[in-house]
Amino acid sequence: MAPVEIRKQLVSVEEIYHEGGPRADRPLRRAVILSVIKNPFAYRYVPEIVDFMKDLEPLGLAMAQRLLSAFAGDASRVEGYGKGAIVGEAGEIEHGALWHAPGGYAMRAVLGEAKAIVPSTKKVGGIGTRLDIPITHINASYVRSHFDAIEVGIPDAPRLDEIVLVLAMTSGARIHARAGGLAASQIKGEDGLR
Amino acid sequence: MKTQIRKIVTFVEETHREMGQNVEPAVRRAAAAAVLENPFSGRFEPDLALLVDIGEELGALLTARAVAALGIDASRVESYGKSAAVGENGELEHAAALMHPKFGASVRKILGKGAALMPSSKKIGSLGTPLDIPLGHKDAAYVRSHFDAMEIRISDAPRAHEIVLAVAVTDSGRPLPRVGGLTKDAITGTDGLR
Repeated sequence: MAPVEIRKQLVSVEEIYHEGGPRADRPLRRAVILSVIKNPFAYRYVPEIVDFMKDLEPLGLAMAQRLLSAFAGDASRVEGYGKGAIVGEAGEIEHGALWHAPGGYAMRAVLGEAKAIVPSTKKVGGIGTRLDIPITHINASYVRSHFDAIEVGIPDAPRLDEIVLVLAMTSGARIHARAGGLAASQIKGEDGLR
Repeated sequence: MKTQIRKIVTFVEETHREMGQNVEPAVRRAAAAAVLENPFSGRFEPDLALLVDIGEELGALLTARAVAALGIDASRVESYGKSAAVGENGELEHAAALMHPKFGASVRKILGKGAALMPSSKKIGSLGTPLDIPLGHKDAAYVRSHFDAMEIRISDAPRAHEIVLAVAVTDSGRPLPRVGGLTKDAITGTDGLR
């Protein structure tokens, strides 16, 4: 196993009380964790890269656990999630794709049953690049009240030979959700979609 | 509370490596930011006493949040700073009323000490305006290893009628300080400067 070299981490927690409408008694909580790691494949084309997914699993797990601590360690308080990656310019988008499996595995490992696919996004970018992490309900992707996104980024990352890995969790619906569609209370919970 | 808060965001940044060197222990800094309603949005108000009182409330609240986010005892905070971005229907003087008359005293109630001037920055800004929060050692402003700044940004604030107000605290200085000057071991600690 190749060691994963971490340069820095950023944890950000948002508590939203209102957005011009009625004030919530319990604010919507949206938390993200970003890890800036060295891209072991920077500056060249490496054909075989899949083993690095295994290398990323312990980091993913540690990130998911730390994120859960923003919810007092209580997995039942997490209703939405998402993930993403920003690859520095000496890498390729495929390197960001290596985060799909370990990132999703890590979320499920700490949340237990989570049936829906973890929505994701990724890009190649310079330092300070912002990424909008898509968020959906953890058990049913079509729950409309939980469609959301969180903008993330770090001013000094990713450098050319780095990758920023991102996990996100939220405590519930948008703060003034009222656009109809499938509600969380109507989830059947069989297929991860509805 | 006199303050009407729309949201609170905390950031924790840990740097483990810099320029290929391990940073042990990692340098850590945290910021807590509140998005609040500007009570004087859109008009000239000669008497800013309400904002002064709001600043007193938020100095304590945001400092407590930032220290809690770092997970350390308040007595271990080494440097600090503050910053505000006023939405476009406000004026720079609103930021001054929040940060300068009573804010510092309420920060120091949480920290116990803080002989040094709390460095600050302010601006008029729009959604997503980055805040560069200046940082200086809390007991001796001339400690060169602790001259620093932390950039934060909230993608949906400040709206025109809002203000973003932030406090940053650290448990350390820059990752690899080596430009000399006063060190924290050599602080006299009587005048807030050296």
